[in-house]
Amino acid sequence: MQAKKRYLTLFSAGACLILLFCFGGIQVPLSRRGPSRRDDHSLTGYHPGARWRRFPGSLQPFSSWEHDQSDDHNEHISPRQKRDANSGVYTGKRCRMDSCFDFSLCARNGFKVYVYPQQKGEKMSESYQNILSSIEGSRFYTPDPGQACLFVLSLDTLDRDQLSPQYVHNLKAKIQSLPLWNGGRNHIIFNLYSGTWPDYTEDLGFDIGLAMLAKASISTENFRPKFDVSIPLFSKDHPRTGGERGYLKHNTIPPFRKYMLVFKGKRYLTGIGSDTRNALYHVHNSDDVVLLTTCKHGKDWQKHKDARCDKDNTEYDKYDYREMLYNSTFCLVPRGRRLGSFRFLEALQAACVPVMLSNGWELPFSEIIDWNTAAVIGDERLLLQIPSTVRSIHQDQILSLRQQTQFLWEAYFNSVEKIVLTTLEIIQDRVLQHTSRSNLMWNSLPGGLFTLPQYSTYLGEFPFYYAKLGIKPYPKFTAIIHVVTPLVSQSQPVMKLLVAVAKSQHCAQVIVLWNCDKPLPAKHRWPPTSVPVIVIEGESKLISSRFLPYDTIPTDAVLSLDEDTVLSTTEVDFAFTVWQSFPDRIVGYPARSHFWDSNKERWGYTSKWTNDYSMVLTGAAIYHKYYHYLYTTYLPASLKTMVDQMSNCEDILMNFLVSSVSKLPPIKVTQKKQYKETMMGQSSRASRWADPDHFAQRQTCMNKFASWFGTMPLVHSQMRLDPVLFKDQVSILRKKYRDIERL
Amino acid sequence: MYATGKYSSRGPALIPRMKTKHRIYYITLFSVVLLGLIATGMFQFWPHSIESAADWSLDKRSVHDAPLVRLPVSSPIPERGDLGCRMHTCFDVYRCGYNPKNRIKVYIYPLQKFVDELGVPISSTGLSREYNDLLSAISDSDFYTDDVTRACLFIPSIDVLNQNSLRIRETAQALAMLPRWDKGMNHLLFNMLPGGPPDYNTALDVPRDRALLAGGGFSTWTYRQGYDVSIPVYSPLSADVELPERQPGPRRYFILSSQTAIHREYRAELERLKEENGEALLLLDKCSNLSQGAAAARKRCYKGQVYDYPQILQESSFCVVLRGARLGQAALSDVLQAGCVPVILADSYILPFSEVLDWKRASVVIPEEKLSEMYTILKSIPHRQVEEMQRQARWFWEAYFSSMKAIGVTTLQIINDRIYPYAARTYEQWNNPPVVKWSSVNSPLFLPLIPPRAPGFTAVVLTYDRVESLFRVITEISKVPSLAKLLVVWNNQNKSPPEGEKKFKCPECTAIDGLSLDQTHMVERSECINKFASVFGTMPLKVVEHRADPVLYKDDFPEKLKSFPNIGSL
Repeated sequence: MQAKKRYLTLFSAGACLILLFCFGGIQVPLSRRGPSRRDDHSLTGYHPGARWRRFPGSLQPFSSWEHDQSDDHNEHISPRQKRDANSGVYTGKRCRMDSCFDFSLCARNGFKVYVYPQQKGEKMSESYQNILSSIEGSRFYTPDPGQACLFVLSLDTLDRDQLSPQYVHNLKAKIQSLPLWNGGRNHIIFNLYSGTWPDYTEDLGFDIGLAMLAKASISTENFRPKFDVSIPLFSKDHPRTGGERGYLKHNTIPPFRKYMLVFKGKRYLTGIGSDTRNALYHVHNSDDVVLLTTCKHGKDWQKHKDARCDKDNTEYDKYDYREMLYNSTFCLVPRGRRLGSFRFLEALQAACVPVMLSNGWELPFSEIIDWNTAAVIGDERLLLQIPSTVRSIHQDQILSLRQQTQFLWEAYFNSVEKIVLTTLEIIQDRVLQHTSRSNLMWNSLPGGLFTLPQYSTYLGEFPFYYAKLGIKPYPKFTAIIHVVTPLVSQSQPVMKLLVAVAKSQHCAQVIVLWNCDKPLPAKHRWPPTSVPVIVIEGESKLISSRFLPYDTIPTDAVLSLDEDTVLSTTEVDFAFTVWQSFPDRIVGYPARSHFWDSNKERWGYTSKWTNDYSMVLTGAAIYHKYYHYLYTTYLPASLKTMVDQMSNCEDILMNFLVSSVSKLPPIKVTQKKQYKETMMGQSSRASRWADPDHFAQRQTCMNKFASWFGTMPLVHSQMRLDPVLFKDQVSILRKKYRDIERL
Repeated sequence: MYATGKYSSRGPALIPRMKTKHRIYYITLFSVVLLGLIATGMFQFWPHSIESAADWSLDKRSVHDAPLVRLPVSSPIPERGDLGCRMHTCFDVYRCGYNPKNRIKVYIYPLQKFVDELGVPISSTGLSREYNDLLSAISDSDFYTDDVTRACLFIPSIDVLNQNSLRIRETAQALAMLPRWDKGMNHLLFNMLPGGPPDYNTALDVPRDRALLAGGGFSTWTYRQGYDVSIPVYSPLSADVELPERQPGPRRYFILSSQTAIHREYRAELERLKEENGEALLLLDKCSNLSQGAAAARKRCYKGQVYDYPQILQESSFCVVLRGARLGQAALSDVLQAGCVPVILADSYILPFSEVLDWKRASVVIPEEKLSEMYTILKSIPHRQVEEMQRQARWFWEAYFSSMKAIGVTTLQIINDRIYPYAARTYEQWNNPPVVKWSSVNSPLFLPLIPPRAPGFTAVVLTYDRVESLFRVITEISKVPSLAKLLVVWNNQNKSPPEGEKKFKCPECTAIDGLSLDQTHMVERSECINKFASVFGTMPLKVVEHRADPVLYKDDFPEKLKSFPNIGSL
């Protein structure tokens, strides 16, 4: 009985305790939300786990105006002194443009690059040769070191792996003996490989002094922001110029391919960089995630081989790398011995979205490329999450990532020349500072190499960004009439043309470019017009002068005309409204075509009326003023001189240029019938078109141009744009551009 | 509850056999239980009254009530901060983990008041108004968690916004005492005024181990790219002064300089520019006749003439923002707020949020050495660009500078984007002001591709029940060589589609054929257009006057030589 009672007491006390605890437990969250008990007051809100809440009442500001004043009135040292001090302190690993680069060298002659003359007996890899010849062929090149702002060594620094056959010995002594070295100031050193087995450090084996590095596989630790340039690792077979196009021929929706994620490469059993690749098999599922490694590389792989090697090697041999590359949505790019690998450019070209697994790699051209738009930046530490991460990426985003890989590949990576030019343009942007490209110029079509900030820093003055910015081009055009024959009668076609063009509602002004040897006619001999007519006397009388970016062109659009062109006001009006929809292309009348002549193994040019065309001649065409600037500054002197000497092909060259920028064909618009007849019937143009050499020259031009561009940029089109009711069976009174149909 | 009931039902049977002592004991026990139950019921069913009681007491909550923590002299000091720190070396990504929302969780330490052994506080201001605002805004954001174990990022409540008000060593000791400090891993500090006289370091001098620093006034030598976040120096005028947005366009002055603490070398340079270019420049300084204080901060003078600051900023196209002792200047915020284009002269300065913001669209950065060329450089900028920069400047202020909330949330978003880069906000999202967002076109198929003919096309034919015209369409379209597939969508629940080649004729078909001519049909479609336009918020359709035809369309040319001779012949 006594025991029973005792148990009962114990039990009831326990029950009570449990109950109290339960109720207490309910109360805890309540008290957490806000204090209600007095004794709790001093602690509530302060114990860990409490929600942060705003403290009411007035608090002191973090800084007071008086304080700021006194701060700044502590006569801090002269800004000039401070700048000088910086350049003494921040050298070596802490180099920046402000401290290690001499801007004054660029102030005199602009951004010019000097390449040291090649020394006899020095071996040089093909890749380095390609780099140097790309610089020498660029518009930045100067043979005079006194004019140069940037210096490039002729000593091959690409491969600094001591075990490599390409390794150049005694580099240190060779460089120190260069008279222009100047401690490396304003020099840029290109490098693809550094360090060697087993630790693969990023040391080049010589003192680079104040020189900048353009280096592949550079780590964020060693990368000096806005001083070094991270370049992609490219193989010795990488083409010097031209370069292959991306593999994406058309978009598929939904954008998924056979595989989700693939990789095929070496596995390093030991040493640096082996961890990630050794762990890949965890993620491999031999279905849509195929990550294959092989142990077979090096002489003594058998010695180090582990338990998985044989299984991995068999699986590895089952798959074809190319097949996987082209049929996968994502491609894994894990670090190798060094941070960068060839897989990166391969994936980019194959439109296989790279999934980066290389912690601490400063991605190629990271200063200007927003890699989040074209790649998935993974974290080696989170390898096991990679499949779920890539699966979580939405279709729309895959579609966009994929297209961006193609744009970036073609804009900056597909040839040595592009890689080198991109490097130089990045440095030029730093040197010119306030006239540099914005992020949008680098990361959207047509890319930074075609968007020259010296023309304008305003996106709205280029033909490429109207849609992106939600703005429209200036709603008027400037006509430029190229005159080469003297003015003898008032009934000359050029007079009619001038009147017809000036009557257009969209015409802002007419420029007559007088490239005729005879003196300018008196002012009163030009017909009266409602818009200003400016006569420019060509100084050189060279044909390229028709494409000079004259300051007197106030509009975005230029209507380029030959003196014998016959156009009506309606035609001009219509062409201009079409151009407003396609401001990055040439819109006009006389169409021509190119073809591959397989017998002669060369490009051919034809003026026959066919079902397609790839050029619209600039004798009657509207295009953006920016192309005048590009023609004058972007194209090499060699091509322009050739055109000037022949007084021919300038229109073909312009078409090459515009198509290589836009990757699209020009646009032909309807023309009145009579125009065709005059064009074909050769009127006053006898001087130029009747010349039997004229046509042959144009064939030659085609091939010269194609070889400089490294590829054939022209694109065929079968489309002509007509006014909406053109030749429809409705009353002519309902048609806005009815004159085009009238004979 | 159930157990209690069972027990009490058995109780009476037992009680008579007990002694009085026990009986009293049990009665007390039951009454306690009963009281507990009632109390619980009250808590459960009157939650609102409790909330309001809590709010009431909250208002009385004050920073002075923060628990006091005394720092021993020998308390450990963190290391200075490693310049080599990057996200992959100094940040523990496992704390953030995989997360379907791709959003980091941020924890804020509760407020404590740190004092040294003598009882002197480590900071002269304690929690500042701005830091209170910042932490409160973060705690109201989606990033916030009050669960310290789930947090990926930790924010101390120790206010280090202004280094001047701190005792460096003691502040560092206080940081190291935080329960989750762990060498500063995943900790984020906000600092706007770094360094101190005479040399003014460009990053906070407080030793902080691996903590991330959101700092105002970083130089390229102290900023750890991809790790630190460069933030603006908040201007208190943002909250105090309301400047209405002005339409972009020309202003009364071309260049305005309004900072009061400009080094005399630079002031001399500005004076010289003023001499050369006259009225286009306005050089303001502080007013000598006004006493110091808040009122003085709102006035500027030129030769005895008094101007209201920051209102005067709205009267100029460009406004100079020169470095002072520090690189980051609060004036930048005022200038942006006024919609004046900042001309930034501060060599090696890392512009605020430059990791995501395209400053080229909102500002002009000129090397200090080229101050004398400023006028020429600015004159060369096209008007249209100036107008766009004015708009962009104002938008940057509204979105990223206007409040401590904006600054705090932007900082967290930037860190979030690094941890989940595949879900990062895009360039357009960061940089396009609303007006551009609405009017711009970003085609999902932006790459200029001319697809090959080989895959052909798929025809999709929508039909209701006009079988005859359906068959006519099918017959015509199947003649097309590049047709790869034909898909008929039978959009009629009441009838099943005709099978195979069997043709059937319905008498009403011809009647429905006239449908598109029906007046009500057109009215309905107009209503659709209006409805769609209102949902889109704008009219996305554009009018063009051209039409695509084959090159030789209706040309006087032998038909057999044309690729598409049949077009237009119907």
